[in-house]
Parts: sequence; structure tokens; C-alpha cells
Amino acid sequence: MLSRVADSIYWMSRYVERAENIARFIEVTYAAMLDLPPGVGGQWLPLVSTTGDGEWFEEHYGEANGQNVIQFLTWDQRYHSSILTSIQAARENARSIRDTIPSEVWEQLNQFYQRVQQAARNPQLIWQSPLDFFQEIKLSSHQFKGVLDASMSHGEGWHFAQVGRFLERADKTTRMVDVQYYRLLPKVYDVGTPIDDLQWSALLHCVSGFEMYRRKYHLITPQKVIRFLLLDRFFPRAVMHCIDSANASLHAITGCSTDSFSNSAEQQLGRLRNDLAFTRVEEIIAIGMHQFIDGLQKRMNDVGNAIYRVFSGEESSSMG
Amino acid sequence: MTAQANLPSASFDPATPSLNGYSTDGFYDEAVGPDEKARRNYALLIQKLSDLPIEDLIRRHEAAERILFRMGITFNVYGDDQGTEKIFPFDIVPRIIAAEEWDHIERGLKQRIVALNMFISDVYAEQRILKENRIPRFLIETCKAYRELCHSLKPPHDVWCHITGTDLIRGEDGTIYVLEDNLRCPSGVSYVLQNRFVMKRSFPSLFDMCHVRPVDDYPSRLVGLLRRIAQDGKTEPSVVLLTPGVFNSAYYEHSFLASQMGVELVEGRDLVVQDRIVYTRTTRGLKRVDVIYRRIDDDFLDPKAFRPDSLLGVPGLIDAYRAGNISLANAPGTGVADDKAIYPFVGEMIRFYLSEEPILPNVPTYLCYREDDLRYVLDHLESLVVKAVGESGGYGMLIGPQSTAQARSEFAEKIRDNPRNYIAQPTIPLSRVPTLIGDHFEGRHVDLRPYILYDGEDVFVLPGGLTRVALRKGSLVVNSSQGGGSKDTWVMAGPMMRKP
Repeated sequence: MLSRVADSIYWMSRYVERAENIARFIEVTYAAMLDLPPGVGGQWLPLVSTTGDGEWFEEHYGEANGQNVIQFLTWDQRYHSSILTSIQAARENARSIRDTIPSEVWEQLNQFYQRVQQAARNPQLIWQSPLDFFQEIKLSSHQFKGVLDASMSHGEGWHFAQVGRFLERADKTTRMVDVQYYRLLPKVYDVGTPIDDLQWSALLHCVSGFEMYRRKYHLITPQKVIRFLLLDRFFPRAVMHCIDSANASLHAITGCSTDSFSNSAEQQLGRLRNDLAFTRVEEIIAIGMHQFIDGLQKRMNDVGNAIYRVFSGEESSSMG
Repeated sequence: MTAQANLPSASFDPATPSLNGYSTDGFYDEAVGPDEKARRNYALLIQKLSDLPIEDLIRRHEAAERILFRMGITFNVYGDDQGTEKIFPFDIVPRIIAAEEWDHIERGLKQRIVALNMFISDVYAEQRILKENRIPRFLIETCKAYRELCHSLKPPHDVWCHITGTDLIRGEDGTIYVLEDNLRCPSGVSYVLQNRFVMKRSFPSLFDMCHVRPVDDYPSRLVGLLRRIAQDGKTEPSVVLLTPGVFNSAYYEHSFLASQMGVELVEGRDLVVQDRIVYTRTTRGLKRVDVIYRRIDDDFLDPKAFRPDSLLGVPGLIDAYRAGNISLANAPGTGVADDKAIYPFVGEMIRFYLSEEPILPNVPTYLCYREDDLRYVLDHLESLVVKAVGESGGYGMLIGPQSTAQARSEFAEKIRDNPRNYIAQPTIPLSRVPTLIGDHFEGRHVDLRPYILYDGEDVFVLPGGLTRVALRKGSLVVNSSQGGGSKDTWVMAGPMMRKP
């Protein structure tokens, strides 16, 4: 497979996943706002912090109210990671590999883009029923993955899409946990109160993990929510699951067994996977959540860069 | 039932149907004769069109455009940062060409391609045609598309122009003329295939009744051709399609053809030349390439050989080509044969190389480098079409009857400055075909670009081609940049080729 094509499949998939996660952030914040007692404000700022682009937001919007944050994250053409620009980037990548991906995949993504584009031009359509709109983004992303899985051979290209999707998802889950953890935790006086429960539930809802969590742990405690979101092997949006899946796909591309490595990307991702698999949630809390997640994000970034180097031919792949 | 019983003429009186309120306005109309009645090959279509409620047609037209939009067969609208995209306008009234007339066109095109290929081969070798003074030598020496470095090269099977898209027009007496030979990177064939796809869905029964010859095998024919032109001894050649990238206006076509042929679509940055061998950069290292269907002009192909500022090309590609390690379709240097000042000599080439008379006539052409012609052209600018010899796509052109006095005087200046660079032709009133405009039919001017594949032994002419239509009332310019659209082109099967 052409190196450029592999890179485009990877990014196409990553950008769709990114758009879906933004929709999740907004949807859950918006829904949570409706449940809060009047006068409890400041819920929108953490969303801006999650992006890591707070300064840009400050400069272009100022106040972090619902209207500003939703516009910023949904259809701001100037911001590189809004839903609109992410889907645009996904589509541009898809367009450059139209000959490689099944036409159903292209058509689905094209329609997805046209829909977002249309909404971006008439934002009142979004304001009329925001939850419906963000739900639709989520479903379109699921549909994209479904069409891809059902129409593209599960060979090298498909595995690149998997790696892109899972790395992006892992990154977004860590950001969500990072921001929400600090926002929720220091308010000791809230612990055990309905508000606290609601807010931790919101975090689980954000990753569609509420029911799965309930089944496993029943009661909501911060420690268990963290364990679920970061270390669960089987929940599809948990960081551990994402890293595990990305690692399996990366090894499937080279044909190297997952207990070994044939290039630096596999080495780094495999090591990260095993480190996570042998981590206890108590250790994370002892290290400090922010520090732990910072380290995690840096290592995932390094993996992304290594993947580029290895498969673009910049690095010889025979180092294992 | 015999095949004969299926002929439209047998089922009803061909002279009866007509379109309500439709007028030929004195132009040659391909569907309707001077008596305002349907011509024989259009009788069935006109009958069907007048039977269908117009709302139904409009609905089918909208449905067809939706399909094209959904497939993303769009181009970007310049100066619009909202990301507005438009489809290449499509008209649902097909253009029909009778079997006998197509035979004539096909024979003419085959003859022309063989002669043009012999000319290119000769010009880069012995130059017999120049030595015998059948074409002025200075025209070749001053041709910008002439490539010195192609001299004494022999591409596999001595084929230079593998893929050609010749532009044909029909004049006021119904005669078909060759307007230009596009021997470099002709585009548009994907629209032929997509228009057909859409028409089959929109009018299945009509399509079936008309015995239309298929066009769907074009990609298989093309990939077959590309595989055959690999260097000797390559049984499983690796073929790629080289595109300038997503921002090229024909990018959709490049990716469409690549996927239909099952070959890799590559950009210049995907290719690398080492020791005069061309490779693609893949996730598993370098992989050798044998044949490149390039959709990049000569100038941009290799910054080492041609334009050094080109970022689209592949450094060292021409070196590899000269070493015989890669086949290119079309070969570099073919542009010498579609210089518009050399075009008037194609008839001469046919006589010289084939000892035949040209089957398809050229449009009469004035060569401004000739003093008499120059004088005539400058005196008659308001009635002529003037073209720069190396341009295409409607650029570098003056349409006399539709020009302002100022534009004419500016053009006259350019012509005097560099007469070799200009030719002029009478303004031909292109034939018209009924076209759905709003809620009724009006005649619109059309041209036709058939696609021709040549492998050195056989010439294949795709039955049909791209009918471009000038959608603006009165316009003679069919280019998409200037309000042009397209129609499906139906070549009717002769009695021997009809379905039983």
C-alpha cells in the first residue's frame, strides 16, 4: 500500500472519530446543564479546556457560554478541530484515496459532510434541537465505521483506519477524564450528594458507558469510574481497550506477533499497552491524575509520530 | 422475432412525432429536421419525450442530479469559501448518433490516429515528412510542445498517442468536422461513463428500446492497453495512474478511472527514481512500477527534464523513460501533433503516410504566419474564431462575432506580435440538440469528444463520447468553465449488433 494512502486512511478515520467525540462532549454538557439547579454556571469552560486550545478560544470568543462554545466546537471554520473542519479534513483525506476505499464509504462520508456543511450554513437548525443534531453526528460516525467495516477488506488499509480511530478515541477519553476529574473532585462537600452523582454519570454518558458501568460496578464512585474509563479491557471507549486494539491492528499490518515488535512504532505502542495492563487505579491516583494523563498523551503522540516515520519509509522497518 | 422487427422505423411513422413549441431557429438540429419533424434516429426519443408529462421529466432530471451530487462528482466553485460545490451540469435529453454515421466517424478517427502516430514517430526520428517538404520544418522547430529530448526514442510498439480525445463538431449542412486533436491528456471520459449510469437509471425502458451501444467496458479496455505497453517480457506489469492531486479539476476522473481499472492512483511525491528505475513508496518499502498513465502535462512531469519549478512531477522520470525502464501513456512529446498550426496538415499526414484521402474533414484554417492569411484574418476578425496554437479548454481564444471592438484590437496586436502563435477559423454554427431548459425544450449547441485507444495494432473508438452542450442561450462555447454541461451520447447499434 502506498505510504501516502496509508497516512490518508489513518487520518480519515481519526478525523471522523474526532468529530464524534466533540459531539459527545457537547451533547453531554448540554444535557447536564438541563439537570443542574439554576445558578450553577461555568459548565462550558471545561469543554474549552478539553481541547487544549483555550487561548485561541479566549482570543476569538471571550466568554465561555453555551452559545460561544457550541459555535466554536461545532461549525467554526477558523478552528482546526471543530466538527465541521474535522469532517472536512476527513473528507479531503477520503477524496485523495477514493480509488482505494469502497465507494459506499466515500458516499457515506460525503453525505455526512454535506449534512454538517448544511447545518453550519443555517445554525438555527442546530439551535432548534441541539441534542438531535449531536446525536445525528454520533450516529453518522457509527454509520461510517459500519460501512467501512462491512465493505472494506480487513487488510492493511482497514487496520490503518483502526489504528487511527483507536488512538484518537484514547486521546479524547483521557482529555475528558483529565478535565472532569479536577473539576469534580476538589468539591469534597459535594461527595455523595445528587449533584456529584449526576456529574460522574454525565462523564459516563459522554462515552456511552453508563449502562456498562452500572452492570459492572453498580454504584458510582470516582475511583471506579476512573478505573472503568482508563483501564477497562472490554469497554470500547476505555483507554486500555483502545490501546489494546490499536496495538493489535498495528501488529496485524506488519504481521509481527503482539508479544514482539518489528519497528519503533510497535515497540512504543506495545510497551504502552503492557504498562497500562499492569497498572492499578490506586497507582494512578498516587501519581496524580493530571501527571499520569499527561504522560499517557505524550506517549500516544510519540506513537503517532513513530507510525508516520515507519510507514512513510523515513525509518527502516527491520529493527526488531 | 427477427432483429429487423426491432427497428424503430418499423414500429411507427418516423415523421410523425414533434416537440410542442420547439423551434430549430434556422440551425442544424440533430433531432429535428427543417420541417420541425423528428429525424429518423430521434423519432422514438421525441415520441417518448412528448408523451411524458414535463413534471415527470423535471423530476427525473432532479433525481439524476442528486445521484451525481451524492457520488460527489462535483467541482469547487471559485471564490466561495463556504465550500460550495457544484456538479457538472447534466442534461437528460440524450444525443443520438445513427449507426451508419458512427461507422463513418469511427473509420475517420481510426485513420486519423494511425496517421498522427506515424507523424509523431517520424518527427522524432527520420523526419521524412519534413525532408519532403510536406510540412514546413520551421513549424516543428518553433513548436513549444516539440521535445528535443524525445528525438530518436522508440516507445514500446512505437506508440506515442495511446489515448486521444478528438473534438468533433457538426456544421450547418450536417457535416462532421474535426475541430482539434487532443493528444496530450484528454479528460472527460468519466462523465461519459457516469452520464450513462445515470441515464440507464432514469430511462431504463427507452434505453432498452433504442439499442444503445455500451460504453462501460472503457476502463477494462484502458487497463488492457496500459498492460500491453509495458516493456517486453513483463507478464504482470505494475500500472499506476499519476495525478497532479486533489486540487486538479479532473481529480475525480483520475480516482474514478484508477478504481475502475484497479490500479494505484499516485501523486508525484509517491514515486521515486533510483538508478533509472521508478518505484512507489509503500508501507513495505519501494515497489517497482512499469507503466504510468500520466495525467500530468509534459512540462510538469519531471523537474529535472522540463520545468525545474514543478512540484507535481518526479525527478529523474524522463531519465528512466529514456533508459527504457518505464512506459508512459501518452508518451512525452505528443503535443507536437496537436499544435493548432500543425493541425491543418493532418490531411497531408494521412496522404503522406497512408496514401489515403482523409475521411473526416478539418475545419478550414487560416495560418497567421502566412502573409495572405494574416491580412485576411486581421480584416475579418469580427467573423472569425482566433485561437492561440498551444492553448485548450477555451483559453486564449477570440470569438469574433461575440467580441467587443476593444477585444478585437487587443487580439490583433497579439497576432501581429507573434503570427506563428495564432490560427483563425470561420465561426461554425454548431449543430443543436433539444435540451431541457426550465419546463420546456430548447435547442442548444453541442460538440462531441470521442475517446480513442491505440496500442499499435488496433484502434478502439469508444462508441459515444462526451457530448458537451452550451447551456447558455445562443452560446457556442461548450467548456464547463463557461456554462457548459454534458449529455449522454447514444450510438445506436447497427442491425447486426442489436440484441435479439
